[in-house]
Amino acid sequence: MDGIHDMGGMDGFGRVEPEANEPPFHEPWEGRVLAMGRAVRGLGAWNIDVDRYGIESLPPHVYLASSYYQRWFLRTVRLLAEREMVKADEMDAGHTLRPGRDMGRGAFALADVERVMRRGSFGRPTPAPAQFKIGDRVRARNIHPKSHTRLPRYVRGHVGVVERVQGCYVFPDSVVAGKGEDPQWLYTVRFDARELWGADADPTVKVSVEAFEPYLEHV
Amino acid sequence: MSAGLVPASDLEKEDVRQALAYAAEFADNQSIRSPLDGVSSVGYLLGVAAHDHDHEGGSTLSEMDLRVRALERILVEKGYVETAALDRIIEAYETKVGPHIGARVIAKAWSDPSFRQSLLEDASKAVGTLAEVGRVGEHLVAVENTPQLHNMVVCTLCSCYPWDVLGLPPVWYKSFAYRSRVVKEPRSVLADFGVVLPASTEIRVWDSTAETRFLVVPVRPAGTDGWSETQLASLVTRDCMVGTGLPKNPGEVA
Repeated sequence: MDGIHDMGGMDGFGRVEPEANEPPFHEPWEGRVLAMGRAVRGLGAWNIDVDRYGIESLPPHVYLASSYYQRWFLRTVRLLAEREMVKADEMDAGHTLRPGRDMGRGAFALADVERVMRRGSFGRPTPAPAQFKIGDRVRARNIHPKSHTRLPRYVRGHVGVVERVQGCYVFPDSVVAGKGEDPQWLYTVRFDARELWGADADPTVKVSVEAFEPYLEHV
Repeated sequence: MSAGLVPASDLEKEDVRQALAYAAEFADNQSIRSPLDGVSSVGYLLGVAAHDHDHEGGSTLSEMDLRVRALERILVEKGYVETAALDRIIEAYETKVGPHIGARVIAKAWSDPSFRQSLLEDASKAVGTLAEVGRVGEHLVAVENTPQLHNMVVCTLCSCYPWDVLGLPPVWYKSFAYRSRVVKEPRSVLADFGVVLPASTEIRVWDSTAETRFLVVPVRPAGTDGWSETQLASLVTRDCMVGTGLPKNPGEVA
C-alpha cells in the first residue's frame, strides 16, 4: 500500500537526534510490549510480514502521533482482535471475558524464547531460474499494490543495476495477501541518486534496495 | 497552524517545533474518522492514540502503562503466554544482546584477513564460527568501508536492523527523520551525527527492504598496529557499524 510508513525521501521531519547512552527501553512498558509482540507472533498465527502490515496500515495520523512501541502495541492488539484471540471488549474491561483460542502449541514459555530471539529463516529452494543477473539494468516497476509490498515508492519507475543476487526468499506480498510463501528471487538493486532525486542530487551518492523479482522489469 | 506556511529554513526553530508538536497533539485529540473505522479494534486503537500522551516526569502510571499491563494480564489469563518467558526476552535485550557482539566481529575482521574475507562472502556463516558469538540469524551481509566508500544502513519502511549482532535499534534509527532523509541527503544526516566526509567520498545507502540485514565494516583506525582484538573492539561503536559514525580514535580509549 502507498502508506504513511513508506517514508524514504519525505521532507519535514527535522533533524536526526541521537541520544547519548540510550537505554534499551525508556519505559518498562516498552519492554513488555516488545516481548509480547515476539511471543504472540511465536504462537504461529501470523509471521513477521503480517506484523509489519499491521503497523503500516494503522491510520496515518495514528502512525505519526505514536511512538515506536506504541505502534507495536496497537499492532499487537489489532492482530489479536482480528484473529479473535483477544476481543476489544476484553481490552476495554482490562481482563479476560472468555477462554482463549487453542493455538495448538500451548502457552509461549521459556523454552520458546531462544527460537524468537534469532531472526527467522526466509530462504527457500528456487522454483525457477533467476531472470536477472549481476550487472543487468532493471527498472523498478511502477506498481501500487493496495496490500503489503516491500518496494518503496521512491524507486518505482526508476532504473538501477543489479549488484547482488541474494537467493530465493519468502515473498512478503504473497504472505500478507494470504496466498502462501510463493518464494521469489531477491536482488540488491543499486540506483544513482540523480536517477532517484534529479539532476541536483549529490553525484557521489548511490542507494540500493532489496527487490524481489516481481518488482523488476528488463530495461 | 499549518506546517506549509513555515519556510523550510525555519523548521528547526524552537517555537516552530513547539507549534508543530501542539498541532500534532491537537489533531490527535480530534475524533477523526478513519477509513478503517468499522474494522474490528480500530475504535480501540484510536482511543489509545487519543488518550495517551507523554507523561514526562509524572509519578503515576501512565495510560499506556495501564493498557500494556491489561494486555499482559489477558494474554496470561488466556494461556497464550507465560510471564517468565516475557521477562527472559526483556532480560536478553537488556543484558546479553548488544553492539558489543558486532564489535567483536569487526575487531576480528580487522585482525584476521581470512576471517574478513569469509565475513564479506557470507557474514552469517562467518559470525557463526566465532565461539564467543555463536549462531546468528541468516542473511547477514557485511559491507566494507574504504577510504573512497562509506556505507550507511537504513530501513525506510519499518525498523529492519541486525538485532542479533547489534541489539535493539536506537530511537534515532527508527525515527521518521532518519528513515525519510538518509536515502536522499545522507551527508546532511551524517552532519547531524557530527560526521563530515570528504566531498569526493562515495556514499552508499543500503535500504533494508527484505530479510537481508547489513553490518558495516568500518576502516580500521590508524595507529592501532599490534593491538589485540579486545583493544580493537573498544574502538568499534554501534553507530560506526550502521554507518552514521566512525570508529573511535586510539587516543579516545587509551
